[in-house]
Amino acid sequence: MSTTVAPKVAAGPVAPSGGLLRRLRYLEPATLLWLLLVGALFFLVVWPVAELLITSFQARRTGEFTLSNYAAAYGRQRYVDALLNSLALGALAAAISAVMAVPMAWACSRTNMPGRGFAWLTVLAAFIIPPYLGAIGWILLAGPNSGWINQTWSLLTGSEASLVNVYTFWGLALVIALNSYPFIFIFTKSALDLISSEMEDAANILGAGTWTTTLKVTLPLVWPMMLAGIILVFLETIALFGTPAIIGIPARINVVTTQLWQFFEAPVRAEVAAAYAMPLLLITAALIGLQKLLLSRKGYVSQTGKGGERRVINLGPWRWVLFGWCVVVCVLSVVAPMIALVQASFSRAWGRGFSLDNLTLANYEFLLFGHDAARGAIVNTFVFSAASATLAMALALAIAYVVRRNLLPFGTALAFLCMAPFVIPGIVMAIGFYAAYAGPPLLLYGTATLMILAFTTRFLPIAYANGAAGMQMIHPEMEEAVRILGGGRLTAIRSVVAPLLKKALLGGWLLVFILATRELSAAIFLIGPHTRTISVLLYDLSEEGNFEVLSALGGILLVITLVFVGIGMRLIGRDFMLRRSSE
Amino acid sequence: MSKLVLRNLHRRFGSFAAVDGVDLALQEGEFVSLLGPSGCGKTTTLRMIAGFIPPSDGTIEMDGEILSSPQAVMPPERRRMSMIFQSYAIWPNMTVAENVSFGLKLRKLPAEEVRRRTGEILEVVQMSHLAGRYPAELSGGQQQRVALARAIVVKPSVLLLDEPLSNLDANLREEMRFEIRRLHDEFRITTVYVTHDQAEAMVTSDRIAVMNAGKIEQVDDPFSLYNRPRTRFVAGFIGRTNFLEARLVGDRLGLDGFELPAAMVQSAAGPGERVLLSVRPQSITLHHAPPPDDGDRVSVPAQVVECAYLGEHWDYVVVPQGSGTRLRVTAAPAQRHQPGEAVWVRFDPAQIVAIS
Ligand SMILES: Nc1ncnc2c1ncn2[C@@H]1O[C@H](COP(=O)(O)OP(=O)(O)OP(=O)(O)O)[C@@H](O)[C@H]1O
Ligand SMILES: [Mg+2]
Repeated sequence: MSTTVAPKVAAGPVAPSGGLLRRLRYLEPATLLWLLLVGALFFLVVWPVAELLITSFQARRTGEFTLSNYAAAYGRQRYVDALLNSLALGALAAAISAVMAVPMAWACSRTNMPGRGFAWLTVLAAFIIPPYLGAIGWILLAGPNSGWINQTWSLLTGSEASLVNVYTFWGLALVIALNSYPFIFIFTKSALDLISSEMEDAANILGAGTWTTTLKVTLPLVWPMMLAGIILVFLETIALFGTPAIIGIPARINVVTTQLWQFFEAPVRAEVAAAYAMPLLLITAALIGLQKLLLSRKGYVSQTGKGGERRVINLGPWRWVLFGWCVVVCVLSVVAPMIALVQASFSRAWGRGFSLDNLTLANYEFLLFGHDAARGAIVNTFVFSAASATLAMALALAIAYVVRRNLLPFGTALAFLCMAPFVIPGIVMAIGFYAAYAGPPLLLYGTATLMILAFTTRFLPIAYANGAAGMQMIHPEMEEAVRILGGGRLTAIRSVVAPLLKKALLGGWLLVFILATRELSAAIFLIGPHTRTISVLLYDLSEEGNFEVLSALGGILLVITLVFVGIGMRLIGRDFMLRRSSE
Repeated sequence: MSKLVLRNLHRRFGSFAAVDGVDLALQEGEFVSLLGPSGCGKTTTLRMIAGFIPPSDGTIEMDGEILSSPQAVMPPERRRMSMIFQSYAIWPNMTVAENVSFGLKLRKLPAEEVRRRTGEILEVVQMSHLAGRYPAELSGGQQQRVALARAIVVKPSVLLLDEPLSNLDANLREEMRFEIRRLHDEFRITTVYVTHDQAEAMVTSDRIAVMNAGKIEQVDDPFSLYNRPRTRFVAGFIGRTNFLEARLVGDRLGLDGFELPAAMVQSAAGPGERVLLSVRPQSITLHHAPPPDDGDRVSVPAQVVECAYLGEHWDYVVVPQGSGTRLRVTAAPAQRHQPGEAVWVRFDPAQIVAIS
C-alpha cells in the first residue's frame, strides 16, 4: 500500500456502531450558520408580521383578545373615507400612468419614432427621482397663485384666478403618476419586445391596417404584462406616504397612509393602526397574487418571441406626434419639476425667479454647516442605507445559497419568507416593527438598530432577487471541486462563490442602498430624535413651508442618488436599476 | 486488502432506486470504469463515493475505514480524493496555475513545494506555457487538461472522473482517452471513471463495471467483457451481436431452421432447455462455396438479403435456408456479395457465447 493519506479512525475497529459519535465528527461547521439564518428570518420577517396581527386583536393595557381595535379603526366615516380615497387615488394614478406609458412603450419598441433613446432616458430619470422630490417640484410649479404656471398664466392673461392647483385630488394623482409610470413602461415594453412581426403580418395579410393590427392584435397580446404593471402602480400608490403627506394633508385629502400616521401622533395608538392597516395588507397580497397569475400566463406572448423577426413600423408623420407625447411626458415628469426644485434650492426667495441677485448658496451652506439636524440626517442616511444594504445582501445571498444548494429540507419556505416583505407595504411593516421591537423586552424605539433592521427587511426581496439570480449562474460543481480537494464549504464560498458573485452582489447592494436613501414610509414611524434621515427631515421641512431650504435638501438627496446610480451604471450596466427592481 | 469497497450500496430518490445494491472492490492503483446507459446510476454512485450524496443503504469503505453509511457521511473535503467533473468546474476567477495549486495550498504545503509540484504537473499535461491564462481564454481540451492537473497534483487517494470527455469533439476525445491512461500509468492513482462510451472505457480501464438500472451486471477486464459477456444486457451493450434462441436436443443445438453441434458452446443447460447464444458479427464468415470441413467449424447455406458498405468493412444481413433468423455479418471490404446471392455461413465456436 502506498503512503495513504486517508484519515484513520481514531478509536478502534471499523463498525457501523458509534453512529452518533461519527455523526458529530462529520458535522459541517457551516450547518450551524444555516440555522442562524433561519433565526434571522424569523426575527426580521415572521415576528413583526405576527406581532402586527396579534396587536390588532389585543386590548391596549390588558393584552386581552378584543375586536375593539377594528371597531375603533373603522368606526368613523372619516377613516372609512380615507380607505376609499386610497383606492380611488390608486386607480386614478394607475390610469394616468398607463395613458402616459403605453404609447411611449409601443413607440420605443415597435416604431421608427425619433428619439427612442431619449424616451428611454426620460423613463430612467423619472424612475430615479425620489417621489416626494417630484411632489415638491410640482408644488413650486402648480401651487395656487404663487406656482410658476399660475404666475405665468396671470402674467399672460392678467387673470387673477389660478389656472392649475396641485392641492387637489387630480393634482395628487397626476404627481404620483408622473413618478410611477416607468413601471408600466417597463412591463409593456418588455412584452412588446417579444412579439414577432410575423404575428402582425398575419393580420396585415388578412386586410387589417397598421392601426387595426396594433389595437386588435398587438396590444391584446401584451395586455397581461400591461395589467401587471398597472397593478404595481396601484399598489405603490396606496402604500405611498410621502407625496400624499406633502400634497394631500394641506389639501385635506386623507388617505390610508396619512391616516395611519395620524394614529401614531401622540398618544400613539399602535393597536388601532395595526387593525387599520389590515385591508392594505390584504389588498396588496391579493393583487400580487393576481399579478403573479398574469405574469405566469405571459407564456403565450414569449412563445413566438424567439427568432421571430421584428420589423420597425413606419409611422410616417405620426411619428412626430408620438415624439411630441414623449417630450410632454419628459417635461412634466423630469425637466419642469427638477428645474423648479434646483432653482428654488439656489434662490433667496424662489418666487423671484432666475435673476443673479436671487442666486445664493446660502441654503446649502445652512444645511451643511448651520443646521445640526441636517448634518445628522445626512450621516444617518448614509449609515442606515449602507448598513441595511450590507445586511440585506448578506442575508439574501446566504439564503439564496441554502435554497439553491438544498442545504435545508425546507429551503423553499426560506425563499418564501425572503420574498414575503414584497407584499407588505413599507408603512405596514414599520407598524409591525414598532409593535414587535419598540417596547419591552428589546426597547429599540428611537435607535439606529431599529431603523437598520426595518430597512433590511423592507429591501430583503430585492436583495434576494439579485442574490438568487447570481447564485443561479454558479454551477454547483464549482464548489464541489473545492470541497473534494479538501476545502470546507466556507472555503468554497470565500474562494470561489464570492469572487464570482462580485458583480451581482455589487449591483444588488447599490440598488438597495439607493432605495434606502429615499425610504420614508418605513422610517417615519420608527425615527427617534437622533435617527432622523434626509427623507424624514424633508417631510418635516415641508410642514414648515421653507421651500428654499427644503429644495436644497432635496438637491442633496438628488446628488447622492445620481452619484450612486452613476457608479452602478458604470460598473454593472446601463439599466441595472430598472431591471431588478421591477421584478 | 482492497483500497475502496462499495458494499450493498443503495440510493433512493423518493421511491425510485437510482442505485440498487452495488458491490464493487478496487485494488490499490486500479483503474475501474462504471459503464452504462444514461440514467443507470453512474453519477449517483460516483457522487456517493465522493461524499456528496449519502447512501440510503450500504457502506463505502476506504483503507478499511467506513466513509459513508446511512448513519453518517464523512464530508468530501476530508476524504483526500479528487474529482473531475463533467463541466470541468475550472474556477474562472483563478489562473491556470492558481487552479492547479489550489489543492496544494489547502494542504498547507510550503510555498516552494507548491510551486515546484504545480510546475511539474503542468509540464506533464503540456500546459506550462499557459500557466498565467484565465480559463475563459482556454479551449475545451486545454480546460480538460487543467482539470486533470488540478486533480492529480494533490496525489489523491482515489481519483473520480465523471464523463470527463463528453464535452469534447471526437478527435480530441480519442486523444484524451490515451492521455488519461498515460497519466494513470505514470501515477498509479486508484481511479473510478464514469462513462457511457464503451470505447473510452475499453481504452482506459483495467476493469469495467457494466451498470444497468442501478445494478452492476458484470465486472471484468475489457477482453473478457467483450468475449465472455455474462448477461444479455452486457452482450448487447458492449459491441454489436446476434442473439440466437436455441434448444438443446441430444448433442445438437436446435435453432430456427438449422442446427449446431452442442459441443460448440459451453453451457450449463440441460436437455430440452432453451439457451440464448450471442454471436458477434465478425465471428461469422461468408463463403461462395461450401468451405472445407475442418472439424470444429460449422457451415450452413444461406442467402444475403441486405448489404451496406461502411468503408472499413461490409455489413451484411443473411438468412440461413429455411430459417427466419436474420444474422448480421461483418466482412472485409474486398469480400463482395449481392443481395439475393446464395452463400455459406460459417460459425467460429470459439466466439459463440451462451448466456444464462
Ligand atoms: N437528486 C435527484 N432526485 C431525483 N432523482 C434523481 C436525482 N439524482 C438522480 N436522479 C435519478 O437517478 C437516476 C440515475 O441518475 P444518474 O445521474 O446517476 O445517472 P447517470 O448514470 O449518471 O446518467 P447519465 O449518463 O445521463 O449522466 C436517474 O433516473 C435520475 O433521474
Ligand atoms: Mg451522469
